[in-house]
Amino acid sequence: MSEFLSLHDAVARYVQDGATVAMEGFTHLIPFAAGHEVIRQKKRDLTLIRMTPDIIYDQMIGAGCAKKVIFSWGGNPGVGSLHRLRDAVEKGWPCKIEILEHSHAAMACAFEAGAAGLPLAVFRGYIGSELPSVNDQIKFIECPFTGERLAAVPSVRPDVSIIHAQRADRQGNVLVEGIVGVQKEAVLAAKHSIVTVEEIVDDLGATPNACVIPSWAISAIAVAEKGALPSYTHGYYGRSNRFYKEWDAIARDRDTFTQWLDNNVFNAADNVGGQA
Amino acid sequence: MSLEYTSSEMMSVTAARALENGMTCFVGIGLPSEAANLARLTHAPDVVLIYESGTLQTKPDILPLSIGDGELCESALTTVAVPEMFRYWLQGGKVDVGFLGTAQIDRFANLNTTLIGDYKAPKVRLPGGGGAPEIATNAGEVFITLKHSKRAFVKDVDFVTTLGFGRDGKGRDNVPNIGKGPTRVITDLCVMKPDPGSKELVVVSLHPGVSREEVIEATGWEVRFAEQLESTPEPSANELEILRELKARTERAHADA
Repeated sequence: MSEFLSLHDAVARYVQDGATVAMEGFTHLIPFAAGHEVIRQKKRDLTLIRMTPDIIYDQMIGAGCAKKVIFSWGGNPGVGSLHRLRDAVEKGWPCKIEILEHSHAAMACAFEAGAAGLPLAVFRGYIGSELPSVNDQIKFIECPFTGERLAAVPSVRPDVSIIHAQRADRQGNVLVEGIVGVQKEAVLAAKHSIVTVEEIVDDLGATPNACVIPSWAISAIAVAEKGALPSYTHGYYGRSNRFYKEWDAIARDRDTFTQWLDNNVFNAADNVGGQA
Repeated sequence: MSLEYTSSEMMSVTAARALENGMTCFVGIGLPSEAANLARLTHAPDVVLIYESGTLQTKPDILPLSIGDGELCESALTTVAVPEMFRYWLQGGKVDVGFLGTAQIDRFANLNTTLIGDYKAPKVRLPGGGGAPEIATNAGEVFITLKHSKRAFVKDVDFVTTLGFGRDGKGRDNVPNIGKGPTRVITDLCVMKPDPGSKELVVVSLHPGVSREEVIEATGWEVRFAEQLESTPEPSANELEILRELKARTERAHADA
């Protein structure tokens, strides 16, 4: 059964220095409040997995939490670069990080394989791409039935996955709605999982085929109202496209970024992800 | 009477016209998204637009800033998980055309969205592959749209993120279960198509008022022109009006959010 914890206690218990952490949410439902809590608790040497690092990992990388990032598209959507990611990769600030890059199809399949308890994902991919020459975790295998050459990548099995969702009921079952990305897969693939939610309700209001994650498949639930801002929570609040654009200037400069981090993360209440 | 329009508008309208009504299109963010939605709002009302965020058959009223904006989900027939999107819908062969943008493209239509320079010491780090590597091989064919410049149109890309026809033009030969690859490249100056034999991109159509010299000047290899070089048809008043309304709507919506 999942346990209701404060966000502080959930992160303190399940995110250890050196852990492999997946904080998912495909543009939608990005767990920013949890990301800020990880920064506040000064977690270090994390291997961060996310299909799209987005601003959340830009912030965590800039704050010095990461030693490695595994991703498939590392930009600020519709805006440009993730400057903190680039600064870490290109100049080693605030610390050197290693990157391992994939395609979306590979990562999506790797999360699914992790959820399915398999050691690898097999798919028709990376044909003619030079990504396999810079990522030794991409291999090719021969289909034993047809002989077709197919791509294989190791499954994603994080120590802890963290996602944000609309709501949980009082038993700790969680409803995820809208663009569901790889969130369910991330939770099921991980040893432990934290789900932050907008609210706790008596009845989830789920239709028969809704994306519901049962309480017994989740380690901890923490309430984090507006916990996905500046990304969004379908049915609750919209994406702050304005903040995504403003982030470009904030993140471009180390001092501006550090100042922003002090004002909006270190000196902010622990359940507020939003600052937009 | 001749209409006034910009080279960007010419590019978007020409790219939109490439999509036929009823096609199923896996849409990249940015210019491809603008063109695909313009097609849907003009000559191709039944074009099926799919975004990698899992939004299937979506009809956004404004252009999304990100690939996963709420607008895409709210106006979609249904929204599926991302693994399902890539496995069932794309890899399963349900997509007619992938519509992509890129930072760099070479003469064999290989795309680079990874980096400029050397992988270990990049001059410029770009966002990476995203959905493109598998869109380009699993979709029936690929349309590419980007602005023409010597920086973008290079003889050999620094890194092949996404296969066009490979570094020798033979990258798709004898590969089973692979799409046709890039069939046209639409820029603000011209339309290019791969030569049927060598697969090198050849200019097949010049936009009105654009000279061969301008294209040569903006291309990083000795670009060839088709023997029967055509003139791209001008945008219609209706296309321009709908495109401008779409962009104005989008700008207003993004300024408010």
